[in-house]
Amino acid sequence: MKHYDVIVVGGGHAGCEAALAAARLGSSACLLTMNMDTIAQMSCNPAIGGPAAKSHLVREVDALGGEMGRIIDRSYLNIRLLNTSRGPAVWALRAQADKTLYRSEMTWSLQTQSRLDVRQALVTQLLVSEGKVRGVRTKSGLEIGADTVVLATGTFLRGVVVIGDVRFPGGRHGEPAADALSDDLKAHGLSLARFQTATPPRIHADSVDYSKLVEQPGTDKPLRFSFDSPPLLRKQWPCWYTRTTENTIAAIARHLSDSPIETGSVSGKGPRFCPSIDRKVVRFPDKHDHQIFLEPEGTYTKELYCLGLTTAMPEAAQEEILHSIPGLEQAKIMRMGYAVEYDYIIPSQLDPSLESKVLDGLFTAGQINGTSGYEEAAAQGIVAGINAARKSQGLKDVYVSRAQGYVGVLIDDLVTKGTEEPYRMMTSKAEYRLMLRQDNADMRLRPLGYEIGLIDSVRYEAFAKKRDQLNEVLEWMDSIQVSPTEEVRRQLANLGSGDLKKAVSLGDILRRPEVRYSDLHHFAELPDLDGETAEQVEIEVKFKGYVERQQRQIEAFKELEAVAIPRDMDFHSIKGLRSEAKERLAEIRPRSLGQASRIAGVSPADINVLSIVLKGVGAGRVSEERTL
Amino acid sequence: MHQDTIAAVATAVGEAGIAIVRVSGGDAYQIGDRLFSPVKGGTLQDTPGYRIRYGHIRDPESGKAVDEVLAAVMRAPRSFTGENVLEIHCHGGPKVTQRILELFLQSGARMAEAGEFTKRAFINGRLDLSQAEAVIDVVRSRTDSSLDVAVQQLEGSLRRRIDSFRERLLDLVVRVEASIDFPEEDIPDVELGEMQTIISSVRSEIQQLIDTADDGKILREGFKTVITGKPNVGKSSLLNRLLDEKRALVTEVPGTTRDVIEEVVNVRGIPMRVLDTAGIRSTTDVVERLGVERARDLWREADIIIHVLDASIPLTEEDWDILDATENHKRVIVVNKIDLPRSWPLEDLPLDSSTKLVEMSLLEGNLEPLLDTIVQLVHGGMRLRTEEALVTRTRHKQALAEAEDDLRQAQQTLDDGLPVDLIAVGLQGALEHLGEITGETVRDTVLERIFAQFCIGK
Repeated sequence: MKHYDVIVVGGGHAGCEAALAAARLGSSACLLTMNMDTIAQMSCNPAIGGPAAKSHLVREVDALGGEMGRIIDRSYLNIRLLNTSRGPAVWALRAQADKTLYRSEMTWSLQTQSRLDVRQALVTQLLVSEGKVRGVRTKSGLEIGADTVVLATGTFLRGVVVIGDVRFPGGRHGEPAADALSDDLKAHGLSLARFQTATPPRIHADSVDYSKLVEQPGTDKPLRFSFDSPPLLRKQWPCWYTRTTENTIAAIARHLSDSPIETGSVSGKGPRFCPSIDRKVVRFPDKHDHQIFLEPEGTYTKELYCLGLTTAMPEAAQEEILHSIPGLEQAKIMRMGYAVEYDYIIPSQLDPSLESKVLDGLFTAGQINGTSGYEEAAAQGIVAGINAARKSQGLKDVYVSRAQGYVGVLIDDLVTKGTEEPYRMMTSKAEYRLMLRQDNADMRLRPLGYEIGLIDSVRYEAFAKKRDQLNEVLEWMDSIQVSPTEEVRRQLANLGSGDLKKAVSLGDILRRPEVRYSDLHHFAELPDLDGETAEQVEIEVKFKGYVERQQRQIEAFKELEAVAIPRDMDFHSIKGLRSEAKERLAEIRPRSLGQASRIAGVSPADINVLSIVLKGVGAGRVSEERTL
Repeated sequence: MHQDTIAAVATAVGEAGIAIVRVSGGDAYQIGDRLFSPVKGGTLQDTPGYRIRYGHIRDPESGKAVDEVLAAVMRAPRSFTGENVLEIHCHGGPKVTQRILELFLQSGARMAEAGEFTKRAFINGRLDLSQAEAVIDVVRSRTDSSLDVAVQQLEGSLRRRIDSFRERLLDLVVRVEASIDFPEEDIPDVELGEMQTIISSVRSEIQQLIDTADDGKILREGFKTVITGKPNVGKSSLLNRLLDEKRALVTEVPGTTRDVIEEVVNVRGIPMRVLDTAGIRSTTDVVERLGVERARDLWREADIIIHVLDASIPLTEEDWDILDATENHKRVIVVNKIDLPRSWPLEDLPLDSSTKLVEMSLLEGNLEPLLDTIVQLVHGGMRLRTEEALVTRTRHKQALAEAEDDLRQAQQTLDDGLPVDLIAVGLQGALEHLGEITGETVRDTVLERIFAQFCIGK
């Protein structure tokens, strides 16, 4: 039997990151996909990044040494920086992807990666003995051995496609479901539940009347996701924008009885942040002008994605809805919108390393863990890949803390709190939003990527140079004094800034709201900085007070995180814990006191009791390595 | 894991001979040095372990002595908690003890949780393992019961007011967060003017509530009153009338400074503490004895000033000096001797919202209208609460003060023209502090409401 260190099942956004990370860390790895032609498929929206911290996730994955940022930088049709008016912590990059090119680029990365085999096969069973995963078995009867297995099967576990009242098995429209594997997981004691998600129709670009649409241009300055991509300004394809009308609402109302939400043909819980158009109309009956964005799916396809029109209503209804929208009166549907219902693993059964607490050596990542979105999947994929490889190499697991990145917030939320709906990352879920910016993702996580071994010394040196330069400039800004000379006061007045009474540091000048970094050349000779570093200097200086305050909160947070809870802790035997707390702690098995404090049903008093007991049993501190 | 410094009153609340404020943690002596000035000089930080220093606790803002105390220094690890411990042994009055605790909390210490000193002692290995279960029981019962008490106390009007703050801030945060996380949806940005209005109105109402907490303290501990006026206007008559009507509870509680004593008089159930320089009855006035500057200090310390004027003789420069100097205080102007012919019209007096006027004859007139006036001025129209426990109330007050501070920062951020993600920091902080009182969380509630309120989703 062929044997690998790590087997990754599934070639989506989680699986690709997991397989690449494992192979790059020196493990022999094999990625098994049902269909080699749909590796890194964007099943829904042809876009990467965006607000609500998706952009942040992509940059963090990149900082750790992941692939998503580099691929989208090579395959975008259009890139924009969003949310710029709302502050640097929530700026967000979003790129429209050429879906085909994205797939090809990622497939190429996988196929050219040493130590990684990519094979087409449908996995039906895990090989398990003595409570430990030993490999997988495919539909054709092939058995492949492995130290660890990463499942990244997306929506394919007992997937059912739903359109109107029609239901048929499928993980995506046109692709089969993975039923056997789902049953196998249950047989091994994992708890599964049902979620659903849906996608809008795609229409032919030539059937659209663009004169009735508003054009959305891309950027006019170089933008990039990956810290390693060259800062280029590539050709930008536009997106288009229109709105529904009262006729749309009427059309939906006419067909509502055929909507799966009315007929009940969809049972799983769907994402609240991405409701179908029919659900929006039911919930907000007074609103008739819902936004619709039309996004190109690629250079060599006429398909346009209709963002905002997610629905699984029958084809006739979908057509009527489309035709009621200005610009889409003659729109031709190329692919119908549909819903898909699938099994996911209740994520509180996972450790923060994304290893299953039920089955030794089994890791899971992506939609199988109850999340939604390519970026959320990639973030879990890289963490699962890293830890699967480390486990096979006999190394300790690593994870990102909530204070270090959204990757950490995402995984901690999943494994500590579980999720009631497909989980999507949002900036409001993070406690330390001002620290977790997309501009400083490299400062936060590249050292960890280097230490793990995903970032090579060339990339690390480049990072270290940028970091040192940044720190030097920050120190220099506070050391340079600006005196209230005639010239200085005149320049400040020109900038619309208040008068200067006594000498202050250059940093103090930059902290004035109306002064930008580029204005500082009036007051001092500026070092030569690239655009991104200059921007970072400006953010660090301007928001210093806020950042320092959050930094202090993080120090307090780390205290609790650093108190380790032994793996074999018997919570039921602890006198003084309330029974609800005992149940919840035994179920989640938190790794640290900090994690325990975030479990619903565990009170501050329970944490007090626990901390006393931990001191008694001589628990150590979480090793530096794990909390990096 | 316990780097922060905690403080609490370690002795039972009440009129004990002596009370102890205990402070434990890495910064105990740094914080102590901000407040304690040893008579023989030096600092607590330089004081070796197991030494007791004699000196004064001073309010760092006014520089005024709050009490004469002994400060005991017990250094880590040889202390009860195993950390740096400072114990302030002060005079046992609840007012003074509470004030000293508040000064420590304002200077960097955090209010200790129930059982927290014991817990630290255990964690730092100062108690042996056999005591573990006892400690757990203590922590368990105290924390839970104090939580229960806190929740019980939130019945009624206080609860309703905090809920109203929370509701208005939550609404604001929900709209801000929705616009941040869903910028491409049809969610309008919150207008800065509206944000400004909400923040400042909630802020000032929180401040009012903090003032109410002070009212509660007045109810329990009394309010300080200074009777002032030039010689022979009737100050001693007033004091004697108050004392003669058998309202005197106790006499001569040791005060904060040596040359002042207090007479405590029961006025409508509230202790009225007349600050006396041992002078009024012997007709030697504060102003006369100590000069206007010293009198000014006394006025500043007072919750209420009663200024007695003589209606029968013209106002003098001395009267006007006092009127000017007490302008911004809560004061009652008693126009005495109206049984004699008047020599000046009432319209001459400056009247503002903090000034009340009573005309009477202190020698034989009815005292009731004056007492009503005093009580009304003290209450400020607010209903006083009687049932609050000392510690819990300090906790509430601290949480409210922190919420107010967060809102102040949010307002500053807004004024500076900085973006909403920074304003959100203060708003969220304020909500979290209010949540400490009501026991509610912020983060999940915000998300719930975003989805309930806005049509999200593309």
